[in-house]
Amino acid sequence: MIQVELVVFVIAGAACLAGALGVVFSENPVHAALSLVGTLFGIAVLFVAQEANFLAAVQVIVYAGAIVVLILFVLMLLGVDEVEDLRIEPLVGQRVAAAIVALGVLALTFGALASTGFEVTGVVGEIDTSVPDINRLGESLFTDYLYAFELVSLLLLIAVVGAIVMGRRPRGPEIVDPGQPEREAEIAEREVAAAARVGYVFGDGAEGDGDEAADDEDADESAGEEVAK
Amino acid sequence: MIAAIEVTPAWYLVLGALIFAIGAFGLLVRRNPLVMFMCVELMLNAVTLTFVTFSRMLQDTGGQSIVVFVLVIAAAEVVVGLAILIALLRKRPHATADDVAILEG
Repeated sequence: MIQVELVVFVIAGAACLAGALGVVFSENPVHAALSLVGTLFGIAVLFVAQEANFLAAVQVIVYAGAIVVLILFVLMLLGVDEVEDLRIEPLVGQRVAAAIVALGVLALTFGALASTGFEVTGVVGEIDTSVPDINRLGESLFTDYLYAFELVSLLLLIAVVGAIVMGRRPRGPEIVDPGQPEREAEIAEREVAAAARVGYVFGDGAEGDGDEAADDEDADESAGEEVAK
Repeated sequence: MIAAIEVTPAWYLVLGALIFAIGAFGLLVRRNPLVMFMCVELMLNAVTLTFVTFSRMLQDTGGQSIVVFVLVIAAAEVVVGLAILIALLRKRPHATADDVAILEG
């Protein structure tokens, strides 16, 4: 007798883990973004397996449809899609330290889980499974979490405005710091010091293309609309 | 016939912990700012998976509501972060996370 949930969990969980490892160990950022899509889909499947159907749909639309596309847009527009040689370790000992930190986080969560003996405690009530999950979610959002919902909508608005302001190419004469000329020597000195520290030579500040702000805005609006629905 | 293996909520929590740890490792190791963003997304997704699992374990819809908020925060974070990145990369193409050290006061 094959259990459906076991098969679903194994396949989706494998996709999640493979995607997560792909994000971390891909030399090409575009491959990393595509691996991220694998993880996001796997998690959406696990949401369905746990009776969170609406969240699974939102996960696919907002994450795979908006956020990953936004990341890919920026990758392609800015030409950051260069292969990074992962064999070089710019800061000596950083990887070992990072691995220790990650294992520590893992041990902490496992310890917390094991200390409960993997038992469920604090069950709040019984979810009425005859009501669709989207109805229950809507009721919860617009009663218990109403203030948080409104605050979060404000936050989205602020993010949109901030993204437009920061992504826009400044028009008119460039604002010059009055103290700039005197500080040129100091800035150059700091750049040399920083370059020596990280083993990297700063390039000349060539101008990029100026069309990115519009993409930011679109994707954010679509994400906002999804949430609003 | 082997004994039926039941998928308990703990399995989902363990998977979430694994994805979170992988994301944390990647965030600390990678130097491309965009890949670091993707690692943050991994960590956020691990947390949402945990929230949905607890929502089912505890029979409380509140866990799913919080996932909606996490999604909004993730969208806002990516948009603002990418705007900062665009402003940075316009000045210095091919910048890595190390180059931002020049901002220190």
